[in-house]
Amino acid sequence: MKPLTQRQIDFMGRRKLAFVVAAVLLIVSIGAIFFQQLNLGLDFTGGTLIEVRYAEAPTLDTVRQLLRDNGFEDVAVQTFGASNEVLIRLRQAFDPDIGNQVVTLLRDDGASVDLVRAEFVGAQVGDQLRDQSGMGLLVALGVVMLYVAFRFQYKFAIGALLALMHDVIIVIGFFAVFQLDFDLTVLAAVLAVIGYSLNDTIVVYDRMREEIRMSRIDDMPQIFNDAINATLSRTLATSGTTLLVLLALLLLGGDMIQNFAIALLVGVLVGTFSSIYVSGALLLPLKLSREDLIPPQKETDEEEEELP
Amino acid sequence: MVSTMVNLAVPSVSAHSIPFVIEGRACMLNRYPLWKYLLILAVLVAGLIYALPNLFPEDPAVQISSAETGETLSESEIERVENALDEAGIAVKSIEQTNQQWLIRLPDPNDQLRTQEIASDVLGDDATVALNLAEATPGWLQAFSASPMTLGLDLRGGVHFLLEVDMEAALTQRLEVNASAVREMLRGERIRYRNTEIDERSLSIDFASEEDRNEARRLISREFPDFEYSNEEEGRAARLVMTLTDDLVNGIQDYAINQNLTTLRNRVNELGVAEPMVQRQGPSRIVVELPGVQDTVAAKRVVGATANLEFRLEARPDTPDNETETFSFRNQPSRSADLMRDVIVTGDSVSNASRSFDENGRPQVNIDLDGTGGTLMNRATRSNIGRNMAVLFIEHKTEDRTVIEDGEETTVREPYVERGLISLATIQSALGNSFRITGLDSPTEAAELALLLRSGSLAAPIYFVQERTIGPSLGADNIERGLLSVQIGLLLVALFMLIRYKVFGIFANIALALNLTLLVAAMSLLGATLTLPGIAGIVLTLGMAVDANVLIFERIREELRNGMSVQQAIYSGYERAFTSIVDANITTLLVAIILFSIGTGPVKGFAVTLSIGILTSMFTALLVTRAMVNLTYGSKPVKKLWI
Repeated sequence: MKPLTQRQIDFMGRRKLAFVVAAVLLIVSIGAIFFQQLNLGLDFTGGTLIEVRYAEAPTLDTVRQLLRDNGFEDVAVQTFGASNEVLIRLRQAFDPDIGNQVVTLLRDDGASVDLVRAEFVGAQVGDQLRDQSGMGLLVALGVVMLYVAFRFQYKFAIGALLALMHDVIIVIGFFAVFQLDFDLTVLAAVLAVIGYSLNDTIVVYDRMREEIRMSRIDDMPQIFNDAINATLSRTLATSGTTLLVLLALLLLGGDMIQNFAIALLVGVLVGTFSSIYVSGALLLPLKLSREDLIPPQKETDEEEEELP
Repeated sequence: MVSTMVNLAVPSVSAHSIPFVIEGRACMLNRYPLWKYLLILAVLVAGLIYALPNLFPEDPAVQISSAETGETLSESEIERVENALDEAGIAVKSIEQTNQQWLIRLPDPNDQLRTQEIASDVLGDDATVALNLAEATPGWLQAFSASPMTLGLDLRGGVHFLLEVDMEAALTQRLEVNASAVREMLRGERIRYRNTEIDERSLSIDFASEEDRNEARRLISREFPDFEYSNEEEGRAARLVMTLTDDLVNGIQDYAINQNLTTLRNRVNELGVAEPMVQRQGPSRIVVELPGVQDTVAAKRVVGATANLEFRLEARPDTPDNETETFSFRNQPSRSADLMRDVIVTGDSVSNASRSFDENGRPQVNIDLDGTGGTLMNRATRSNIGRNMAVLFIEHKTEDRTVIEDGEETTVREPYVERGLISLATIQSALGNSFRITGLDSPTEAAELALLLRSGSLAAPIYFVQERTIGPSLGADNIERGLLSVQIGLLLVALFMLIRYKVFGIFANIALALNLTLLVAAMSLLGATLTLPGIAGIVLTLGMAVDANVLIFERIREELRNGMSVQQAIYSGYERAFTSIVDANITTLLVAIILFSIGTGPVKGFAVTLSIGILTSMFTALLVTRAMVNLTYGSKPVKKLWI
C-alpha cells in the first residue's frame, strides 16, 4: 500500500475539471428529473388489484413469470386466505377490462381460473408521508449544518451541504435518465447515500482541519492535497468494502434488491468523488483561511513554543 | 518539499498529546482496567441472549380451537385431522395442546394453507381453524422475554384487512357540522327558526314566516355558496332546504377517504416499527396489511377503532328541546344528562394526547388542542363559567346479524353508534389549549383513547369487510437469491479486511460479527420487522461499519511509518482517529434521529436501523477491538505489528 500513501496526487490542481464534471452531471440530472421524470413504482403510483380463484392451487412463480413475460410491470403475486386464491397487484392503471385480460392470460396454460374482483389500489405513500419526509429531510440537513458549523466552521457547513445535495440529485437523476423503477426501497437507499456521503465528507474535513492547524504554510490547495492524500487509503478501503457488498447485492440479489443496489452504487461512487472535489475543493472558492480556525491555532502556537 | 514539512509536524504534536511517554512505561499504555473488560463482556452477553431467538424461526402452524368457548376438542378429533393430513402427504412437526387450543406445527410453510383447509373439512363447524406463527424460542430464552424479529410482508406475508369507509356517515357528519354553524349564524342574526333536520344529502330548516326564510336564505347562501337551495312549504312553516351538490359530495368523500388513510397510517405506525401497508382500494375501501399473524385481535382493535370525543355544554333548564340531546353515562347507564346540540370542539382538534394519573391514582388523559380548537374552547368556556361541560365518547360499531332471506342465510352488518358521557364537570375558569379529562374506566382505556386522539380520528367510520391471511409478496426464489447475495457480500467484506489488515483484520472481523449480533439484538428488542431491503440495509451498515476500524488501522500504520514505537502507534492511532469517528458518526446520527422524529412509515424504520447501526459500530470499533488489541499486544514488548 506504500506507493499510494507516498504518492502525492494533485487533486486540487484538477479542481476546475472536477467542477465542470460535477456541473454537467448536475445539469443532466436536474434536466432528466424535470423533463423525463421519475419512473415511480407501485408504492408511489398505485395500480390495479386483481383477485382470482384457481380450481387447483397454482405455483406462484409460474404466475409471476407469465405476467411478467406479457409486459406487466411491478407484479406482486400472493396467496390470499387459501392456497388456490391468488391476489395480484400490478402497476397498470385500472381499467374495467384489465381483470378479464389477466384471467384470459392465466387460462392460456389450461388452468381453470375465475375472476373474483378487480379494483384500483391507491398509492402506498400518501401525500402526507411525502411532505413529512421532505420536511424531515430539510430539518435534518439544517441541523447537520449547524453541527458542522459549530464543530468546524460555517464554510465547512456550506461545503458539506452542497456535497450532499450534489450526491442526492445525481442519484435521483440517474434513476430519471435510465427510467429505472423508483420505489420505497430506492427511497431508503437515497437516505442511506446521505448517511454515507456525510460520513465520508466529515472524515476528510476532520483531516483538513488537522492539517490546517498543524501546517506552517498558507498554501491551502497544498494543505488540502495533503489531507486528501492522507485519507485516500482509508477512503478507498471503505468505499471498497461497501462496493463489494453492493456488487454482491446487484449481481446475485435478484430484482427486488437490484434497484436498491444500483442507487447505492451510484451514491457511493458519487459520494466518494464529492467528498474529495465538491466538499473539499469548494472550500477554496469560499476562501477558507487559517484565520477561520483561529482558536485552535492558538493551541498549536503554544505547542510549538514548548517543542525543541 | 512542503509535504515533508507537514509530515514532520505530525509526530511532534502527537508526542505532545501523550506528554509523559517514556519508552519504559510505554508498555503500560495499552491496558484497560478490569471493569472495562467486564462491561464489554456484559454488553456482549446481553446482545447474544437477545439475538439468539432469531436462530429459532417461528414455525408455520395451524391453531385449532373449539367453536364453543371454554370447551376443548378431544384428542380423538385431533387424531382424525392427523390421519387426514397423513393421507394428503403433509408432514407434521408436532402437535401440542395449550390453553384449550391445539397447535399443529408444520415444517413447510407452503403446507399451512392446505392444512387449514383439511382441518376445517374434517372438523366442520365444531372448530375454529386459524393460521398462526408459533414461537419456537426455547423456554430459557423466553424467560429473558427475548423473541425473534417479525418477518415482513415481502418475506412471510401477514394479515390483510379490507375496510369499508362509511360514506353516508361522512356526509351526515359534514351536514351536522354545517347545521351547527347555520344555527349559530341564525341566532347571531336574531332570525327565529324552528327545527333543523338532516336527511341523506340535505339539511332543512323550518322558519315561522317567509320573510325570515328569505332573509336566512340570503345570509346562508352567502356563507355556504356550494349548496343548492330550494324553498318548500311544509304546512304552516316555510322550509329552506340546502342540498349538497355532486361536486361537493365527491369532495367530501375524497376528503374522508384520504383523511382515513392518513389516520390509519398513523395508527399502524404507532404499533411499532412494523413495515405495514395501507392503500386505498376502489372508491370507498382501504386495505391494511400487517406483517406476521400473531396478535390480530389487538391490531384489529387499534386499526378499526372509531372512538372520538365531543366537548359540549350541558343544557340550561330553559333551553328549548330542539336544541338539546340526552345522553347517559358510560359507566352508569341509569344516570343521564341533557346536553346542547352544538359541539364546542371534537377530537379532530386534538394536537396531542397522553395518558397519566391524577392525584388519586385514577387514569386521565392530558389533551392539547390545536390553535383553532384552543380558540373555540376558550371562547365557549370564558362566557360560561359555572356551567357544566360534558365530554362525550362516541364509537361506531357494527353488529353482524344472520337473517334468513329467500330461504338463504345471509349475514347482514348493521352499523350503530354508541355515545356515552365520560365526564361532566363544572367549568371553573376559561380553558385554553391544554387540559385533562377524567372519568375513564381503566388505564388501558385511557391509553387507547390517548393513542386514538393522538393519531387523529377517522373522518368517517370504517367497517371491516374482510380479514384474510396473505402469503409473502416475494417468490421463494427471489428470497433465496436475496439472502445468498447478502451472505456473499458479508463474506467479501471479511476477506477484504483479513487480507488488508492481517492480524488486525481478524480483530475487525470479530468486531463485525459482534456488531451484527448487537444490531440484531437491539432490533429484536424493539420488535422491528425484517424485510428483504431491510436485510440488505443491515449488511450495508456492516460494510460501512468497518469504516471506523479502517480509520484507526490506517492511522496506526501512518504513525508506524512516521517512526513511532509499536505501543505508541496503537495508542495514538486510536486516540487520533477518535475525533474523526465521533464527528462523522454524530452527524449521521443527527440525520437519523430527525428522520425518525419527523418521518413516518418506511422512513422511520430506516432511521431506526441506521441509528442502532451507528451506535453498535462505534461501540465495537472503539471499545471491543481496542480490548482485543490490548489483550494481545498490551503490557508486553512488541517488535512488529502485523497490520
